[in-house]
Amino acid sequence: MGYTVRLWAIIYKDLVSEFRTKELFSSMFVFALLVLIIFNFAFSPGTRELQLVTAPGILWVAFTFAGALGLGRSFALEREKDCIHGLMLCPGDRGIIFLAKFLGNLLFMGAVEVITLPLFAIFFNVRILPILPSLTLILFLSTIGFASVGTLFAAMAAATKTREVLLPILLFPVAVPVIIAAVKSTGRVLEGRPLSEIAPWLNMLLSFDVIFLVICYITFEYVVEE
Amino acid sequence: MGIDERDKFRKWLAPALFLSMLAALYAAFVYAPTEATQGDVQRIFYFHVPSAWVAFLAFFVVFLGSILYLWKKDRRWDILASSSAEIGVLFTTMVLLTGPLWGKPIWGTYWSWDPRLTTTLILWLIYVAYFMLRAYAGERVKGARMAAVLGIIGFVDVPLIYLSVLWWRSLHPLPVVVRPGGPALPPSMLGSLMVSLLAFTLLYLYLLRERVLLERLNDEVEALKQKRR
Repeated sequence: MGYTVRLWAIIYKDLVSEFRTKELFSSMFVFALLVLIIFNFAFSPGTRELQLVTAPGILWVAFTFAGALGLGRSFALEREKDCIHGLMLCPGDRGIIFLAKFLGNLLFMGAVEVITLPLFAIFFNVRILPILPSLTLILFLSTIGFASVGTLFAAMAAATKTREVLLPILLFPVAVPVIIAAVKSTGRVLEGRPLSEIAPWLNMLLSFDVIFLVICYITFEYVVEE
Repeated sequence: MGIDERDKFRKWLAPALFLSMLAALYAAFVYAPTEATQGDVQRIFYFHVPSAWVAFLAFFVVFLGSILYLWKKDRRWDILASSSAEIGVLFTTMVLLTGPLWGKPIWGTYWSWDPRLTTTLILWLIYVAYFMLRAYAGERVKGARMAAVLGIIGFVDVPLIYLSVLWWRSLHPLPVVVRPGGPALPPSMLGSLMVSLLAFTLLYLYLLRERVLLERLNDEVEALKQKRR
């Protein structure tokens, strides 16, 4: 079997089990929605200016919290009934498991973001259609960074006694650059500034993505080794 | 892994540490002049900056030890990394305590979300997670491997965290020692800082040495327990 075939086999398995149960997507989406609503209570009634300042932060709290929820679940599912051992018996590099899990998590987080974004636009009264290309770029780069370290840490957390509890404690401090860059650049774009103004943030996101995808890919085998 | 009590390194380290600590105390409280605008509270600088230096040095050693452990799979490197992480967390805590003590009279606030403060706080959280990971891993070897991965990721992340918070906002006093155009400190203050840096570095080496030896003794006790069963 080629590399891509094995990669796809694992992603396909996760997609099939998700389409049958729909538990990951539905819980992530409903949670993201709840975060939007709860934060709306916490900050309103506010002025239009305040709303524009807080909106990007609220959006990213929703995405990252929902993301952490989904990431934790993705490896907890593998630990149940010891599926992870089956995965590890697959021939070839352990890095494939990481890459497949990472791409799967990227898909799930992306799907939640695609559905949540229009609701965010409605609830917070912001126009997102004109800025959709730049927003998509920010979402894409940030989600890659968050999901890469997130997938590795989810594998770690699932292997501990406390399971998913440890994941946010590991993930959020390390993901700080991604969260700051995502919130700041989303804010700039919502204010209608040009893409060139957020270029440093996009560069930072890109460097984070590249650095941590490589490190996580290499170190993953030490995390799942029994 | 026997413990050699007549360890040469240990023999000269303790007296050297004692003398340098005395010198650092003298330098910080007697020799160094009182700062013109900030007054005596500025003297905390001679403890704050060396603590920060030791913290970063310690986390760098964690980074190196973690890489060597994953590569060589030798328990020695794991002991080095985890011992150094403990000391690093201790000194980061001291940085986070001495900073606000100075900040309150000078800035008028205990805390500000300045890049260095924020980075230090996040660093502290990463290495606290490092110990939680070890504690909850179940088996020691598994915990050591996972902690090593975090030790690498955490250290690589530091420049990115720093840069992201720097672009976000800044209030911390600008560097006064390492900067283009030479140090902006008068020689007596710079000298005191250097003596203090030396004392803190020796303290780090001393603590690291003791912690590593303690962990080896722990291993020996474990091995003896296993034998008795």
